[in-house]
Amino acid sequence: MDYILRNPTLVLELGLEHLAISLGAVLVALVLGVPLGITAAKVRWLELPVLTTAGLLYLIPSLALFAFLIPSLGLGTQTAVVGLSIYSLLVILRNVAIGLGSVPEPLRDAARGIGMTAWQRFRYVEVPLALPMTVAGLRIATVMTIGIASLAAYIGAGGFGVLIFRGIATADNDMIVAGALPTALMALACDALLRFAERLARR
Amino acid sequence: MQAFIDFLADNSNLVLGLAGQHLLLSASGTALGLAIAFPMAVVGVLLPRLGQGFAAVANVAQTVPSFAVLGLAIPLLGIGFAPALLALTLRALLPIFLNAYVGLRELDPSLREAAKGIGMTRWQSLVQIELPLSLPATVGGLRTAAVESIGIATLAAFIGGGGLGDLILQGIALRDTTRLLAGAIPAAALAIAIELSLAALQRHLVRRTHRVARAAD
Repeated sequence: MDYILRNPTLVLELGLEHLAISLGAVLVALVLGVPLGITAAKVRWLELPVLTTAGLLYLIPSLALFAFLIPSLGLGTQTAVVGLSIYSLLVILRNVAIGLGSVPEPLRDAARGIGMTAWQRFRYVEVPLALPMTVAGLRIATVMTIGIASLAAYIGAGGFGVLIFRGIATADNDMIVAGALPTALMALACDALLRFAERLARR
Repeated sequence: MQAFIDFLADNSNLVLGLAGQHLLLSASGTALGLAIAFPMAVVGVLLPRLGQGFAAVANVAQTVPSFAVLGLAIPLLGIGFAPALLALTLRALLPIFLNAYVGLRELDPSLREAAKGIGMTRWQSLVQIELPLSLPATVGGLRTAAVESIGIATLAAFIGGGGLGDLILQGIALRDTTRLLAGAIPAAALAIAIELSLAALQRHLVRRTHRVARAAD
């Protein structure tokens, strides 16, 4: 804890950097993942191949994924953000598609029966029912991204990982803890916050 | 691609050695996790209050990033194989415990009643009925843990734990794309192979459990 108390501004700066990289990546993933998820759910023959591909890509170890990106994107923040948003994209896309796919058929029939157009059915029936699952995906993606973002320091993107790596290199346990502990706390805080949002979405 | 194949051919001993180290690290971490988590799940079902406590802690602990766990293991055990194994074990036991515990809890309560009705003790019911029926869920947890462990084991290279991550780090440091891919491609392939084989095992167990359950009806 000493290190944090002695260097509050540095830790705060790295924390803001960590948050910016993570949220930036999740935002990119959200913007791309929601339309892709909707497409996967609406175009029947696309659903299986898209979800299978997403599932397989999701298995790739994070360090290996960064390694695959480095030859074409080089080292730096953009590589980190692209890598992080790939993982988030897969989670968000999958949850949107599963959420939309799990709307009960009788409900769709009923909506059709009372004369709703396709757009109205989507907007007033399917979207509200798929929302909790989407927010859950957003939560899982955010927590995961904050964790993996600590690796981004290794490829030059900054964040709390800087302290973990520097601590490992100089055998300074205090510095490692000063990086690892806030990363864990940030993940926990985002998890709690988005769990709350999930409950709101369920109402 | 040609350069990559040449590298593998020229350094097959190195790559195989690191892959072996990688598998050893993942397998022992996952096995230790199973050895701790499975009894915890059984205890958790026998003592429901304790079980709920375990589950609450495990849910929170699962949010802690693996790399942070790895970093926090260094002050305890230094660098090398031991702290990497500790981090892997801690990360593996969470999904295994949660899946095994939830799998046992979600069994139809009438099963336990029926077991009691035919004169089985609590222990007999657990060993002969509940554990076999919850096996697919437990294997599901094992699958998550095993795949994650391949990913965490690549990070072990940062703390001197070896494995395929070594090649990735060397590749980044030397700006040697071939070396980097020689670590990354096998690591990704290992994760995918483990996922596919454990998913197949899980499907097989689910089918068998359904058959047994139907036969019992």
